[in-house]
This record gives sequence, C-alpha cells and structure tokens, in this order.
Amino acid sequence: MSSLDWRMPRWFHQMGSPKWFYEWGGRLQSWFALAALVLLGWGMIWGLAFAPADYQQGNSFRIMYVHVPAAILSQSIFVSMAVAGAIGIIWKMKVAFMVARSCIAIGATFTAIALLTGAIWGKPTWGTYWVWDARLTSTLVLLFLYAGVMALNQAISERQTAGKATAILALVGTINIPIIKYSVEWWNTLHQSSSFSLTEKPTMPAEMYVPLLLTVLGSYCLFALLVLMRTRTQILQTQGHTKWLTQHPDIEGV
Amino acid sequence: MMGFMLTIIRRDLLLIARQPAELINPLVFFVLVVALFPLGVSPEASILSQTAAGVIWVAAMLATLLSLELLFKLDHEDGSLEQLLLAPYPSWSLVLAKVLVHWLVSGLPLVLLSPMIASMLFLPSQALPSLMLSLLVGTPTLSLLGAIGAALVTGVRGGGMLLTLLILPLYVPVIIFGAASVAAGAQGLPIDGYMALLGAMLVFALMITPWAASAALKL
Amino acid sequence: MFFNSLEDLWVMSGHGAFVWSCYGLFVGLLALNVWHSRSQRAKALKQVRAIARRVV
Repeated sequence: MSSLDWRMPRWFHQMGSPKWFYEWGGRLQSWFALAALVLLGWGMIWGLAFAPADYQQGNSFRIMYVHVPAAILSQSIFVSMAVAGAIGIIWKMKVAFMVARSCIAIGATFTAIALLTGAIWGKPTWGTYWVWDARLTSTLVLLFLYAGVMALNQAISERQTAGKATAILALVGTINIPIIKYSVEWWNTLHQSSSFSLTEKPTMPAEMYVPLLLTVLGSYCLFALLVLMRTRTQILQTQGHTKWLTQHPDIEGV
Repeated sequence: MMGFMLTIIRRDLLLIARQPAELINPLVFFVLVVALFPLGVSPEASILSQTAAGVIWVAAMLATLLSLELLFKLDHEDGSLEQLLLAPYPSWSLVLAKVLVHWLVSGLPLVLLSPMIASMLFLPSQALPSLMLSLLVGTPTLSLLGAIGAALVTGVRGGGMLLTLLILPLYVPVIIFGAASVAAGAQGLPIDGYMALLGAMLVFALMITPWAASAALKL
Repeated sequence: MFFNSLEDLWVMSGHGAFVWSCYGLFVGLLALNVWHSRSQRAKALKQVRAIARRVV
C-alpha cells in the first residue's frame, strides 16, 4: 500500500491538510446550506402541492419526492464513505478518515428515512406497512451495513485505527452492495408477492420528475453541508493543540 | 511460501486436536439451533420441510461466525500473531492458511452433518445432493468473508457480537442462492446455475479476503 | 396548485396522513442531524477555547 506514490495535483494534497479543509469547508458550508434549503424547499412544495396526482397511486405517490432522494443518498453516502476511506489508506490522509467517519451517521439517517417512508408508502399501496419488496429489503440490509460500520467505529477508541478499520469495512461493504442488490432483486422475482414495486414508473411527465430532481440535488447539498460540518468538528476535536487553530478567529474571536 | 502455509495449517490443526471442544462446540450449536425450530414453529412435516433449507443455512452461518471469533484472537493474545506477521512471507498466505483450517474444522463437518439435520427437518431426500453441494461451495465463502470481520475485531473488546453485526449482512447473497438451490433441488429442477453463482461468490471472496483481512490484521 | 383548497391539500383524498408523515419524517430527522452537528461543533469549540486559554 505505502509503495503507491501516485502524482496527484497540489489541491488534492492541500485538501488533506486539516487547516486548509477547515478554512475552505467553512467558506463552502454556507453555500451548500443555501442551496439545500432552496432546492429542498422548492422541490418539496412543488411535489406536495403542485405536481399532478398519479393515475394509479393517487396522492400517495407524492411520498416519492422524499423517499427516492433518501434511497439514492443512502447508497451514494456508503460509496462516498468507502472512497474517502480508500483515499485515507492510500495517501495516509487523516482528514479523509474524518470525512468517512462523518458519513456514517448521515448515511444511516438517510437509510432510516428511506426505510420508514417506504414502509409508510406501502400502507396505501399494498395495504400493509411492510412487504418484502426488493428496494425495501436491500435498504434494510444497507441499514444493517451502516449499523456494523457504526459499531466498529465506536468499538475502537484510537481514532486512527478506528478510521482504518472503518475504511476497510466500508470498502468490503461497497464491493458487496451490488451483489446484495442483485441477489435481493433476483430473490424478489422468485417470490413475487406484490403486484408492482415502488417507484417503478414507465413514463413520467416533466411536472412529475422535475420536483424529484430538485429534492435529489437538494439532498446531495445537504449531505455535503453535513459532512463539512461534522468533519470540521472532528478537526476541532483532534487539532486543539495546534497553533493555527488556537489562533484562529473562530477560537480567539470571543 | 507453501511451506509456511503448510506449517501454519499443521500447527493450527494440532492445536485444535489438543483442544477438541473448539471443534465440537460449533457443531453442537448448529444442531441445537436447528432443533429449536420445530419446538418454536411446529413439528408438522409439511411446514418443516418448507423451511428446512433456510433454517439449515441460517444455523450454518451462525455456527460459522461463532467459531470465527477465535480465528485470530488466541494468536493475538499470546503474541504469536505479531511474530507470524513479521515472518518474511506475505501476510495473505497466513490469512488463507488460517481460513482453510477454519473451514476444515467447522465448514466441512457442517456439510457432513447436514444429511442428518435435513432428515430431522423432513427435507425431501431428492434435495439432499443440492443441500450438501451448496453447503460445500457456500461454507468456504462464509469462512472467507467472516475472516475479514474476525481480523477487524481482533483485539477489540466484545468482539463476538460485533463480528456477527459486521458480517451477517454480507452473507445475504449466499443464503439467497444457497437456500434457493435447495428449493430447486427439492422440485427436481437443475441446480447448476445456482452452483455457478455460489462458485462465483467463492472466487470473489477469495479475491477480497486475503487483502482485506491482512490489512485489518496490521492495524 | 393541484388542489382546490388548503383543506384538500391537507387531506389529499385520504392519503394525507401517509404523505404528510413522510415529509415530516424527512424534514424532522434531517433537521435533527443538522441540530446535532451544530451542538457537537459548539461543544468542540468550547473545548478548544479552554485549551487555548490555558496555552496563553
């Protein structure tokens, strides 16, 4: 591993410096916050009040505008966590481990939202809260994967070791996600219990999918905001002894 | 390197031969878990034969994970793991040797024990070949994937519970195709497709485990 | 607006309870996450300030 010495642009290595990340993260944060607020607010109001009802599912399909972004984010965040962990292992970057650690709670939140909203959506659609639908089942397994990563991260007290262990588990989990997904989908067609699956839409008019696009983009911005916030907090927690931080306006400016 | 692996295998087998409880406990656990199902669900043959494949696979997974906890732990505690990692051989060969021993003493006995368990659960006898074959191909995958978890929790307090939490989600594809192959076998359908998929998963586990587990051991 | 009245928007022809509870969960759980991140930062800031004061 350590023999890898790939040439990377300067900004890439700068990003690995806690000071640089803290500064730039602070500047980017407010933009992401603004974008998340506007996109999510716009998309949700559009989805709730202005999008036409679905001819088959009626108004309950409006749940899609929060369920689908949560489901997409739950997977993207797991992959981001693994990528951050891999960067941490390959280039020995502390900040990357912090980013990976920040992803855990955010990803678990989105996964829980996807699972809960999926179950609530099931009630008007199938008549019961839980059906072993392919999407719901693989989201449940994903939640278990997050639980494992979280448990491992908390069981190891030394941060650097915990970061590496988490990164390895996240990488193994990410390689497995597609296999789990396809096996669950295959299993679901074998035991077809529901007549149609959630979010299986052949055609969707623009006034139906544009709000979805907005909430998905907004969720990505919110994810970025939360990662920046949590990672900067970890920088505060671990870099308290450094001169740049004790002399930083955030600290001295009180 | 082959010599190194053989030495490890011989040493670990010898250790287990002197401490046979390690070999027997997971098997007793396996039978025990399976025996609880008729008590909890129903002794009715029609119900049991339907659930048999899933029950056997779940019990096999739990038994595997239970015995995996000790895979690196004892060597870690007496310090020999550190020495073995310092040996001038790639650390993945150590992982593979350990996993092989683990499968020989836990996976293989499960395969051999499965006909007895299957008859207790009234699994149709024509499903027996597919059960044994799927366990034969599937249990090495369980040992390999589980070794990653065992390596990660080595030296962590309360590792057993943690190991189960980390690894069981990764076992999902194995149980899906393992149990499905038994169901297909019970209906007299061909099972070569399932075996190919289980085999592919074994190859896949063989590719990632040596890297992931040896990286985890070096933490 | 797709609905005729605010009443309609709330009831959504019988699906209101499901739709609104999902939106509530989405907003609520994510807001909780933001709040938690903010409180963690405040706590960490306080600690670093304590260290800084000791150093100076």
